[in-house]
Order: sequence, then structure tokens, then C-alpha cells
Amino acid sequence: MYTQAMDTAPKEERQAVRSTEEAQQEARFEKRIDQGQFIEAKDWMPEHYRKTLVRQISQHAHSEIVGMLPEGNWVTRAPTLKRKTILLAKIQDEAGHGLYLYAAAETLGTSRDQMLHALHSGKAKYSSIFNYPTLSWADMGVIGWLVDGAAIMNQVPLTRCSYAPYARAMVRICREESFHQRQGFDALLVMMQTGTDAQRAMVQESVNRWWWPSLMMFGPPDGESTHSAQSARWGIKRISNDDLRQKFVDATVAQAKVLGVTVPDPLLQWNESRGHHDFGPIDWDEFWRVVGGHGPCNKERLAARVKAWEDGAWVRDAAMAHAAKERERELASELASELAMEPAA
Amino acid sequence: MSESATAQTEWPLWEVFVRAKAGLDHKHCGSLHAADAKMAIQLAREVYTRRQEGTSLWVVRSSDITASDPADKDMYFDPMADKVYRHPTFYVLPAAVDHM
Amino acid sequence: MNATAESIRLNFTPTLQYVLRIGDTCLIHAQRLAEWCGHGPALEEDIALTNMALDLLGQARALLAHAAQLEGQGFDEDQLAFLRDEREYFNLTLVELPMRRSSAHSPGGDFADTVLRNFLLASWLKALWTQLSASTDSELAGIAGKAVKEARYHQQHAGDWVVRLGDGTAESAGRMRTALERAAPYTAECFLRDGIDSAAQASGLGPARDSLQAVWTSEVNAVLARAQLSWPGATPFVSTGTLGCHSEHMGFILAEMQSLQRQHPGGRW
Repeated sequence: MYTQAMDTAPKEERQAVRSTEEAQQEARFEKRIDQGQFIEAKDWMPEHYRKTLVRQISQHAHSEIVGMLPEGNWVTRAPTLKRKTILLAKIQDEAGHGLYLYAAAETLGTSRDQMLHALHSGKAKYSSIFNYPTLSWADMGVIGWLVDGAAIMNQVPLTRCSYAPYARAMVRICREESFHQRQGFDALLVMMQTGTDAQRAMVQESVNRWWWPSLMMFGPPDGESTHSAQSARWGIKRISNDDLRQKFVDATVAQAKVLGVTVPDPLLQWNESRGHHDFGPIDWDEFWRVVGGHGPCNKERLAARVKAWEDGAWVRDAAMAHAAKERERELASELASELAMEPAA
Repeated sequence: MSESATAQTEWPLWEVFVRAKAGLDHKHCGSLHAADAKMAIQLAREVYTRRQEGTSLWVVRSSDITASDPADKDMYFDPMADKVYRHPTFYVLPAAVDHM
Repeated sequence: MNATAESIRLNFTPTLQYVLRIGDTCLIHAQRLAEWCGHGPALEEDIALTNMALDLLGQARALLAHAAQLEGQGFDEDQLAFLRDEREYFNLTLVELPMRRSSAHSPGGDFADTVLRNFLLASWLKALWTQLSASTDSELAGIAGKAVKEARYHQQHAGDWVVRLGDGTAESAGRMRTALERAAPYTAECFLRDGIDSAAQASGLGPARDSLQAVWTSEVNAVLARAQLSWPGATPFVSTGTLGCHSEHMGFILAEMQSLQRQHPGGRW
């Protein structure tokens, strides 16, 4: 899913001309990858590997931060104090995940501010799912169930990514993530099993809106993913888009049965010979529209992030100014006490 | 804002070390941005100890960390590999005293 | 079945009202703090503000659950939180003031308002919890014993920000002075003494508000001095949220907060 941006980026020209030494280093590097070794921050790596990772990790981070907004929309309207608490804790985790990922990307020679600048200027992408609106409370449960469910499927393989700082961040994230899907499913189960007719209708209506966009989270079909081969080679991407998508459908259909909701796909059915569920065609026009910036909330999401950043500029500047003043005061007082200790001339 | 201007106002990067409980070492758990050391300690508490992961925190400016050069890995660390006499398992003792 | 959930009506005693004053203050403050989630000036501080909101929410839940028990009609924390009429909330008006978003008719607050409010309120709550730890109501004493640690941390974190912003740039100092002018008049209510306070003090339930003033004033002045800020001149203004008579902001806060419970009578969440 976080490779969604990689899959939709234009193919780049690799540097064809390399020195002999660089070719040797790259061969050694590929051997380390083949042996399943971890690459750390200061190890030699091909420039293309470094660039690919910066792009993927930073866009993964952006996804977490932007992902706070559709759920943040409902915090002040949460229907009980317990649900308000849970939702706040979940969104807070997402901020933390973004933070761990920005930190991992910074080990590759970029800075948090540079990455944010790329996001705010529209150059960097984030997962397209967050460009959909949250229109009812049931969306909170459905996002936990489907969107976090899809995220978990992507994240677990990434804990074995060849680039160690990314892998370590993913281990931390996965540990925290399991509560995200469970709380969403739990919220839906309560509404479906013990709620009113109106609540059950709200849940079904929410599923109807989020099902197809959730499937699109896994990115374009394998044949159309531009960077998959190289990413797989380098141990960044370990399972294909279509395989992950199929895995997601199979797991989720069973969960939908437990909930008692209908998946809005008339072509969905178990295929005995494949051992998987067949499902209907995805509207890839919608996918490309949303990825291209013309989904329901693209402009609002980016505007909210830009506003938070710009509104916070005076705060960040003040903190730096104060820190500088404190340092000057410390130096002045150190100097003063040194002078006081010197014997009289 | 221009890139050079952001570089001046960007909060510096700090590395965070957490001691999970009394008796254990501080372990590196990640990094964060803060304007000064006092803020860095508080934010480390907010970001890295929400699930009761810690009893003590260290923060160090990333720029103050000196790391060994990976290119020197062979020189620095391989010679340690054949000094196995430093490991207790190198010494075969009679069973009666092997609990040392 | 009603189309919307009707308000509950509480049977009031001085004890209940005393507890609700604190619980509602924590609830509405948490509600305002939660507005920052996803919009903070830095990712790390966003997490810090949400932690504070979660702490306050936890305190509110404990107090409202206890209040529901004291009240005796069998209500739970959510019915108290979401189904009272505005007149039956008893929070300090201070916590209703805007923090980030503007309401329909008034300018919004900013981060300066937020850190100042956090600092003033945490200092007040710390003084309150400290004394409440000795309450004759053992449940209340237990809640206070845990909450005082949270208030100490909030006071330190917010106080450090007040200093940073007061003694930062010209812009941040200007915003802090504006924030002080906005908040100061609403602090008189924090230290009033009325019949409910007197009854609580007499029975050992908890301190009267005026007994918190000396400690609060000295701690607040210490931080303001480091922040190169001074307290605005006193005015005769007194807010009345603790009497159930709120600012115009409260209606909007409650409309948003209560909307789902009102819309789904009998709903299970």
C-alpha cells in the first residue's frame, strides 16, 4: 500500500554509466541483500536504493500524518467517553508512526522539514485512501476494520525490509497497530449486534462507501506497477499488490460474515478451484483520479496540513529563539563565574 | 519558505534512549525533533513511553554522536572474532566446577 | 421511540454539584484540547497535547462515574456527559473559550491561548487535587491521588511553553500578552467561595476554591516572571459557568459533543 506511490510514479532512467569500483560495490551490496543481511544507515548503498527508500518511507510517513485528519474529524463528536478516548489514542499512535518513519527516512540524508516541504508543495504523495470523507460515526469503525486491516497486511512484510531503520520502525508500528484494527471491529460489532436499526443501517452504508477504496489501497494491478520488480529485488517490497489484495479479500469476507454486513460486490464469491474469493472489477478510473489529485478530499487534506504547518511557524520560531537566548545566558554566566574566579591582577 | 531558511529554524534532531526498568541498560529507541534539551526530554516521554515502556530517559543531540565508520568494520571488529579465549565457553572444565 | 434523546434531569445536592464542577471542567477542557489532534505546530507537540487531553478525559470519566453514583438515579458517565441541558453543566467558563477553532461569531484562539490555559488550569487542578487527596470521600481521594501526578506534569510542560513563548520572539510575546488579556478575567471564578464550597469544606469533601488562590498565584507569578509577562490589571468581571450560566461558546461545544447521543436514542456504541 505504501508502495502505491512507487507503483504510480513514472519510470526513472537509471544511471547507465558507472565506474568499475561502483559496479563492484553494487555487486557486493546485491550479495548482502541476497544473503538477507540488513543495510544500516552509513553502509554503502546504490543511489537508486537510497532514493527509492527516501521516497517510500517519507510517503509512508505522510500517509500516517494525513491519515489523522479523516478520523480527527469525529473526535469531538464521539458518542461515548470510552470511544472518544480510544479514537484519540489511535490517532495519536498515527502521529507517532509518522514520526518514527520520518526519523527512519532522516537516516538516509534528508530532513523532516524537507520532507514536509515536499508534501505541502504537492510533490510528495500519500496513500489515496485518506482522500475520502468521513461522513458518519460508523466510518470510524470501518476505517479501523478495513483501512487498518489493509495497512497491517502491508506492514508485516516490511518488518523484514532490507533497510534496517525502516524495518525497526515497522516492528514498533506493528506492535501498536493491532489495537487499531481490533477497536474498529469491536465498535462495529457492538452496533451491529446490539445497536438500533438506524445504527445498523449506518454501518452498512459506511461499508458500501469504503469497500472499493480499501481494495484500491493495494495499488494498481501487478502488471501496471512501475517499480515493483526493483523494489522486490532489493527486499523493500516482498509481496505483490495483487497477492496482498487477494489475501485481504479472503480474510475480510469472513469478518464481514461475523459482523453481519454485506460486501457491496455482487460478483464476490468463493472459487473452489482457486481456493480464493473471486471479486468484481475495480474502477481504476476512480483510482487514478484520486491519485491524480481529484478525489473528494485531496485539496482539503493538503490544505489542512499546510495550514497547521503555517499556523505553527511562529511557535516553532519562538522555541528556537528562546533556546538561543538560554544558550547565550548560560555562556554569559559561565564567563562571569570564570572571571570571578581569576586571581586579582 | 526557502530551503536554507528552513534549515536555520528547523528544530534539531535528538536521539532517545529509554531504560525500560531498574536494572536494565538504556536502549536506543528512536529520534525526535525538539528546540532544546528540556523539551526533548518531555517529548521523548510523550512519544516513546506511552505504553509504560520506561523508567528513565536520555536524550542526546544527534550531532553529538560519534559513530564508527562502517568502512572500517573489518579493521575494528573482525580481530575480535578470533580472540575466543575471552568467552567462557572456550574453557572446558570438569563437570564438578562447570557451573562457574 | 423518541426521534431524539431527551435530556436527563439530575437531583442536585451540594455534594453532587461540587463534584460536577470539577468533572465538567475536566470534560470541557479535554473536549477543547482534542481539537488540536492532527493540527499541532509540530508532530511531537501534537502527541503531547493529545496525551494531556487523554489525561483530562480520564479524570472526567472517573469524576462523572462517581457523580452518577452519588446522584442515585442510576445514570452512567455517558448519560451525564452527553444528555444534560447546558444549564446543568458546572464547569469553569475559562475552559469554554476558543483554543484553536473559531466559533460562528467570535475569533478563534491560538497556541498561546492553549498553553496559557493549560498552565493556568493545571496549576489550579494541582492545588485542588493535592487537597482532595485528603477527602473524606475515599473515591474522590483516590481519583485525586492519581490525577495530581498528571497535573504536575501538565503544569511543567505548559509552564515551559509559557516561558518559551513569552521570552521567544516579539510575535510570540505579543500573542502571549493577548492570551493573558483574554484569559485573566475568567480566573476570578476559580477562587470564589459560595455555599457549595463552604459545605464541601465543612464536611471534609474538599477545599473551598478560595483556599487554592495563594499557592496558585505564587506559582503562576513565578512562571510569568520567567516568561517576561505580567498579569493584566484586575477587573470586576466574574464568570458564572460554575452556576450553570455559560458563555456563548458552550452551546456550540455541547451541540457538537452531544450530537450522536441525541440523534440515536437507545443507541449502543
